[in-house]
Amino acid sequence: MTGTQLTPAEATEAHETADPDRPWITVVHNDPVNLMSYVTWVFQKLFGYSRAKAEKLMLDVHHKGRAVVSSGIRERMEYDASRLHAYGLWATVERS
Amino acid sequence: MSYPGLFHRDGDHCVTTLRATEVGILRRVFTETANLVSDRHSADPAAARLFPEAYPDDVAESEEFRRFTEDELRAEKSHQIGVVLGCLPHRAGQVRLDEDHAEAWLRALTDARLTLGIRMEIDENTDLGAEIDNAAMRDPTGFRAVQLSVYGYLTYVQESLIEALTET
Repeated sequence: MTGTQLTPAEATEAHETADPDRPWITVVHNDPVNLMSYVTWVFQKLFGYSRAKAEKLMLDVHHKGRAVVSSGIRERMEYDASRLHAYGLWATVERS
Repeated sequence: MSYPGLFHRDGDHCVTTLRATEVGILRRVFTETANLVSDRHSADPAAARLFPEAYPDDVAESEEFRRFTEDELRAEKSHQIGVVLGCLPHRAGQVRLDEDHAEAWLRALTDARLTLGIRMEIDENTDLGAEIDNAAMRDPTGFRAVQLSVYGYLTYVQESLIEALTET
């Protein structure tokens, strides 16, 4: 991602723990084009996340290369991925 | 004070004033992006980025996902670009966006930048300023120098729009 306004947060461990009730995850991958401010805005807009949570996820994508942005049943994750694609983010679906 | 191409907030709207050259650049870029989005059989690598595989390790699952999502995705992206083209003044002039229109601009700018980014092979280590200088030194009016400058301009417009939109 590209952007100027945000300083890197301290790296934290990813929370990709398996949950039997949330067997699938939507993952957003880093790309060199999308603006950090835009990615934060998309996470808030699509998932209703707070600015703090959206920024943390955005920074995870930026620093670790990927972040889990939602988890649940597969159909829901595919819906989330297609919405993210509609906003130009690189999203994939995986088993948790 | 307003600068060309730079959005600022005015009440509920995001506003900028575009020069004729900027209108021309935006119209051309968005028309090209619209053509790419509407071409189902494009082998352009940019198309693969705009319509990514949901299951990179599973061709069959990715195809299935695509079968259910791609038509709507194409229609939606085309619609956003159409909204943006509809907002452009005939030559020069003011652009005044409400929240929905600002969103269409942000999304269309993203697709246009992704397309240019793939074509210009922009990666995490790209220093855009240095790249533009290098390309311009070889050929100031050459394809690469111009495309990189357009990419930089679109980034600048998008950055100012997201700031104006999310300003509290």
